[in-house]
Amino acid sequence: MSKLANNEREVVISATELTKQFGDFIATNAITFEVFRGEIFGFLGANGAGKTTAMKMLCGLSTPTRGRATVAGFDVSTESEKIKKNIGYMSQKFSLYEDLTVTENIRFYAGIYGLSIPVIKEKTAALLQQLNMKSQKNVLVKALPLGWKQKLAFSIAIIHDPAVVFLDEPTGGVDPITRREFWEMIYAATNRGTTAFVTTHYMDEAEYCNRISIMVDGKIEALGTPADLKSKFNSETMDDVFLKLARNAKRIGD
Amino acid sequence: MKTLRFILEKEFRQIFRDPSILRMIFVMPILQLIVLPIVANYEVKNVKIAVIDHDHSPVSKRMINKLEAGGYFKLTGYCVGYQEALQYVEQEQADLILEIPTHFERDLVKEGAAKLFVAVNAINGVKAGLGASYLSSLLRDYNSDIRMESFPATKFSQTPQLIVTYANWYNPFMSYKLFMVPGILVVLITMIGSFLTSLNIVKEKEIGTIEQINVTPIKKYHFILGKLIPFWVLGMIVLTLGLIVARVVYGISPVGNIGLLYAFSAVYLVAVLGLGLLVSTITQTQQQAMLIAFFLMMIFIMMSGLYTSIDSMPYWAQVVTWFNPVRYFIEVMRMVVIKGSGFADIAINLGIIFIFGVLLNTWAIISYKKRS
Repeated sequence: MSKLANNEREVVISATELTKQFGDFIATNAITFEVFRGEIFGFLGANGAGKTTAMKMLCGLSTPTRGRATVAGFDVSTESEKIKKNIGYMSQKFSLYEDLTVTENIRFYAGIYGLSIPVIKEKTAALLQQLNMKSQKNVLVKALPLGWKQKLAFSIAIIHDPAVVFLDEPTGGVDPITRREFWEMIYAATNRGTTAFVTTHYMDEAEYCNRISIMVDGKIEALGTPADLKSKFNSETMDDVFLKLARNAKRIGD
Repeated sequence: MKTLRFILEKEFRQIFRDPSILRMIFVMPILQLIVLPIVANYEVKNVKIAVIDHDHSPVSKRMINKLEAGGYFKLTGYCVGYQEALQYVEQEQADLILEIPTHFERDLVKEGAAKLFVAVNAINGVKAGLGASYLSSLLRDYNSDIRMESFPATKFSQTPQLIVTYANWYNPFMSYKLFMVPGILVVLITMIGSFLTSLNIVKEKEIGTIEQINVTPIKKYHFILGKLIPFWVLGMIVLTLGLIVARVVYGISPVGNIGLLYAFSAVYLVAVLGLGLLVSTITQTQQQAMLIAFFLMMIFIMMSGLYTSIDSMPYWAQVVTWFNPVRYFIEVMRMVVIKGSGFADIAINLGIIFIFGVLLNTWAIISYKKRS
């Protein structure tokens, strides 16, 4: 990975002791890490480990209890609205409007990110071409197969060329072929300079990431390239690394 | 402004693509306006009456004929004794029992006075009360007929009498429809304005699209305006439809200025939209929003003066109605439609609704949060 070898890597996300506490429950416990420009950063952990909470803080959906973090150079506690202009987000829950057509969804999201009408038209055409969905452009989104919806949702999440795109289990329930295509889209986006911050439960996908972190009970227990982690934990596969760490978890997943 | 345009475009597309919203906006108001005023009627007709005539005299016969001829009473039983008549009541076949004692005619002629016995089934209080008072006014009428016949000489005579005649202003024929239709229209506008709005927003919460909206740079006021403007427009459409139904079906056209109704409605909708927004910020699912809506709507309707006069409520209940926006619009609607009131007459109500609008919307905007 020549990108990683570069010493002047630009930090896009930086978290220092970032914590979110709900009453007595510490969902995310003082996590510290950095993510660099153009990187695919895998954010792993069992259900209930605190991944989604951490991601929501980085997206400006949730205010940190303690610690600080910056995304694209803006502070998550005080400049969340500025962050929102510079990120894309695709959540576990389906994020497109099912009762709007493919082009209407593209138009709406591109419009609220402030793209002009000619640019929207241009982007829509390019996107339909790229996704091979020209014939479906006037189909309601609810009529599309899940894999197509997810690819469309991803394309819409990066339609404004954000600095970072947050993907919360984007490929859950998607077939292996579409999953593969989905990851090719992520690679294409990161090659254009977007940083991808991905959570996933598929360990083969973890191998596609440049670096990964594994969260257990709200803390980051391991961070490094997939190769580093495998050698550190004496494992053949990422699956094994994950199991060795996650088995020690005390929280019951959701 | 550009952002708002995209949001409005999306909202209108979704509304016009959702058959249940369209049904609620177009079919429900028209049906309700056509059906409700006909059934929500205080006139008591077809009061079932069982008669026990122990006298069998021409006088008692004439009295019974008069009862039947009036149109309000239906003679369902002609009984021999009180026990038999009571059975009619028990089997729901009679609401009233009229017992005419033996020697009724003789007492009336000889002694100048006779007694009748009336028993009322009071399970349905309204019917019992009105039925009994119809019956007694009918009997009073009959009484004066008899007096005139028996003592024609004293016709213009000794006993001074007070005769009351009255005129019904603004609604000369005391038509319940003229009274109910404008009120029901207000309830419909309230439902569209507040509860459709809250359901619409909560639906986005349920599906999860609101989270997606919250990570975009959409400003809070953009999102809120994007939700409120379409339902404000729908509310005005319902008002228009309602006025058309009132005109076509009931022949009711506002005596006052229609522009005044629209102006008041414009402000009123802002207030109830604020209420809808507020409900949506405190609920997570459409089910919760529905339950709150149901609860509020019951109170709003019962305490609005739609069915029962606010002046006859106990004082504490009257105080509660001060906080019911529906009450103010029903007053204005009736004043303008039936009486032809002008701006000066409704200015106070307009001011109160304006304050409602400011308070409810401020509260709602403060409670709506893009982040937690």
